Amino acid sequence: MKSDCEKVAAIVIKYGGNHDSLISILQDIQSEYHFLPEDALRAVASQLDLPLIQVYGVATFFKAFSLKQRGEHMVSVCLGTACHVRRAPAVLDEVKRQLGIEPGETTEDMRFSLETVNCLGACALGPILVVDGKYHGQMSPGKIKKALRKGKRNPEG
Amino acid sequence: MVELTIDGVRTIALEGTTVLEAATEMGIIIPTLCYHPALSPYGACRVCIVEVVKGNRSSLEASCTLPVEDGQVILTNSEKVRKTRELIVELLLASCPNSKTLQDMAANMGINKVRFKIKDRGCILCGLCVRYCKEQMKSGGIGFIGRGTSRRVATAFDVTPEECRNCGGCEWICPVCERACTAGNLIDGVCGGCQNLIPVETCPVCTGCSESVGPQGHKVY
Ligand code: SF4
Ligand code: FES
Ligand code: FES
Repeated sequence: MKSDCEKVAAIVIKYGGNHDSLISILQDIQSEYHFLPEDALRAVASQLDLPLIQVYGVATFFKAFSLKQRGEHMVSVCLGTACHVRRAPAVLDEVKRQLGIEPGETTEDMRFSLETVNCLGACALGPILVVDGKYHGQMSPGKIKKALRKGKRNPEG
Repeated sequence: MVELTIDGVRTIALEGTTVLEAATEMGIIIPTLCYHPALSPYGACRVCIVEVVKGNRSSLEASCTLPVEDGQVILTNSEKVRKTRELIVELLLASCPNSKTLQDMAANMGINKVRFKIKDRGCILCGLCVRYCKEQMKSGGIGFIGRGTSRRVATAFDVTPEECRNCGGCEWICPVCERACTAGNLIDGVCGGCQNLIPVETCPVCTGCSESVGPQGHKVY
């Protein structure tokens, strides 16, 4: 996917071309494209008049940013302590089996990306599976299919 | 002007200077790694720690980033400082055993064993190269990427950036690539080549040439 320069430029202008807003700018680009395309980062760097490495450094620092193209739907499995003791690893195994990918990967048809996270701050609901920003609590391997299907039908969550 | 005491000697220093600079002015040598007079202080390596005494309490602070204050009492070479500094150098050595700068520092401190598991990463993340590129060359071609254990020095997208003028300054300033330690096998993580080695069989008299050629002894020319 190529990024569209105008869109990126508009995002930068929205934040007043301010250096301090770099993270917010990257967040907006990420939600637009589901990842940070290389030419978008280059455009941001030149518009903010920052060295590219500085933008790149921020983009690689935060786990929320991805430099690899991601699928349409983002699936996250919480492996935090509370979820872990409630058998999150079994949930992860089942998700991996159903999607046929490892965490950090994207399915070939570019529909799903899988990642693991460490605690979403909703431990009481654990184990948690997040599909496109929608939290599915008290997951068990049996409920995964349904949760993933919801993601398919409702991309905006 | 502020007045402070370093190692029991009263001295005055300009406001806004650091304890390291004040001590250097007095001729007191504090070992440093990530400090460079021409670059902004960074406080990454912690080798330059000193003890700041406040009443009957004391704390350890990196002197290269510690501003001088009126009435400050500093110890640059107390037992506590030495012990901690040795530990820090051992930790750095564990991640960069082939750095000549680090091995020499270890030898000067009398460290003869690294107690940590050696994992050669080839970089101590001192940030000298990054600051050199940015502050002296006004280029900003290299920087840190990632974080935690995967933090490393790199260029964006791993390609030579347009800003790079091939000055070679990053390599020149690096305490790891500057001059690799040529020692053969490390003994307990410490180079056995120079000061650390016991008898030198080949040289009749040691002139202190410090030509390190491995744990077997000095080379004869
Ligand atoms: S490459 Fe060298 S100069 Fe740069 S941060 Fe690593 S050790 Fe320091
Ligand atoms: S451990 Fe999963 S939400 Fe806290
Ligand atoms: S020289 Fe002070 S922390 Fe490195």
